[in-house]
Amino acid sequence: MEFLNNIFVYIAQWLRGFLAFLGFTGFWIEMFMAVVYLATILGICTLVALFYVLWERKLAGYIQYRPGPNRLGPKGWFQTIADAIKLLTKEDVVPKEADKVVHFLATLFIFVPPVLALGVIPFGQGMAALDLNLGVFYLLAVTSLSTVPIFMAGWGSNNKYSLIGTMRAVAQMVSYEVPLIFSMLGVVLLAGTLQLSEIVESQSTVWYVFLQPVAFIIFLICATAETNRAPFDLPEGESELTAGIYTEYSGMKWALFFLAEYCNIFVVSAIGVTLFLGGWSGPFLPGWVWFILKTHLLFSFFIWIRWTFPRIRIDHLMSFSWKVLVPLSIANIMVTSLIFYLVQ
Amino acid sequence: MELSSLAFWILATMIIISGLGVVFLKNIVHSALALIATFIGAAGIYLTLHSEFLAAIQVLIYAGAIAILIVFGIMLITKGEGKMGETNLFGKYKISAGIVVLIMVSLVSYLVLQTPWQITTELNESLMSDIAKLIFYDHVVAFELAGVLLTVAMIGAIMIARGVKKNG
Repeated sequence: MEFLNNIFVYIAQWLRGFLAFLGFTGFWIEMFMAVVYLATILGICTLVALFYVLWERKLAGYIQYRPGPNRLGPKGWFQTIADAIKLLTKEDVVPKEADKVVHFLATLFIFVPPVLALGVIPFGQGMAALDLNLGVFYLLAVTSLSTVPIFMAGWGSNNKYSLIGTMRAVAQMVSYEVPLIFSMLGVVLLAGTLQLSEIVESQSTVWYVFLQPVAFIIFLICATAETNRAPFDLPEGESELTAGIYTEYSGMKWALFFLAEYCNIFVVSAIGVTLFLGGWSGPFLPGWVWFILKTHLLFSFFIWIRWTFPRIRIDHLMSFSWKVLVPLSIANIMVTSLIFYLVQ
Repeated sequence: MELSSLAFWILATMIIISGLGVVFLKNIVHSALALIATFIGAAGIYLTLHSEFLAAIQVLIYAGAIAILIVFGIMLITKGEGKMGETNLFGKYKISAGIVVLIMVSLVSYLVLQTPWQITTELNESLMSDIAKLIFYDHVVAFELAGVLLTVAMIGAIMIARGVKKNG
């Protein structure tokens, strides 16, 4: 049990010991471990995308009372592999009038925020690649950058649908970032720390979802909006904007945006689990299994939301953020700090 | 070479190249994107100096918020290509700009050379709480005034953008 709980920590320790045995100095061991961590995170990203693309289609099928993909492999579970091969072999079309450098770089940069964010998430006890003492703050800083590649994609495509999609995306992500940060502040107030591993440990008695229910609901809404998912998928808006920011992308480049979207949802689910649902803590099973289970449940919840609610209108979207969520989240912080002050 | 000095040289090169890009690129949106790269490079410099808080602030406020607003503004305002020459009103005053820059650079470098820098190799673990104390205890009036100033600026911007209804 103890061994299973720390299996990844032991692997990392063994790897360091093995490198030292081979005669590497401290600097090179650190460099090598950094590469290993990065490779692991990229592997997690890929696996997450491969699995959840199919899981979402299956779940959507279940919600809409249809079988979903069911032809390739057992119960259709190999469908994503076939899709990936199809996308890889497709012709890559770049519009003649597009800003080719920006158009291309956007596909690379779209992966930077989720990869950087996964670096600090504690998947289990002592299982964060970097356990920064500014964890929450770092996450906010990194995820705030995800508007840049979306802007680059939309503007670089030189297409009016893309541009409208970009305008919507930037407006939406900037607006929903504010209540998102405020909802996280409630948790930080209670935990008294910004370090993610300490926030998880301070939830050993009671999860913050019970102490901060309003903040959790605000977090869920804002996380859906930040990842541009239905009912907040106005930047893409297939029925009105063709494919919004993704209109001028084809083949593997389009697939990269798709994969990044799933990575982003995984990241916000992991953040939600860490901040509100007790992270890796849980009985019987090893910590990292609990973490994966909880993240999977939260991810499925986001899928459930997507296939339940219709898309909302852009002006409703903006006024909902500024007139409902922002005041509510500020009130939540005020009430939390007042009670915190009185209890102390 | 040590890791921190290697990181410094990489970041410094990145900052200088992207900073030159901000000035020399022909397209104003490219300049704005280069500006974001400059901000992120500066955040990296803060990281090598063990000021994680400042690094995160730099990314969150400058690269994530201000630069995005600049880019957004440019995107909405510029027509067509967004050439630097058409969008910058003061682009022709080369000589006077050169004089101003010369004065600024000499002033700043004089001040840099005159300041007795305190070099410490200790890690400052409680940097964030130090900053919090400074802002919310020692300089709370200045902090509140800055907040009022920002609110006034925001209201002003909304008034300009939406216009004022008479007798409304």
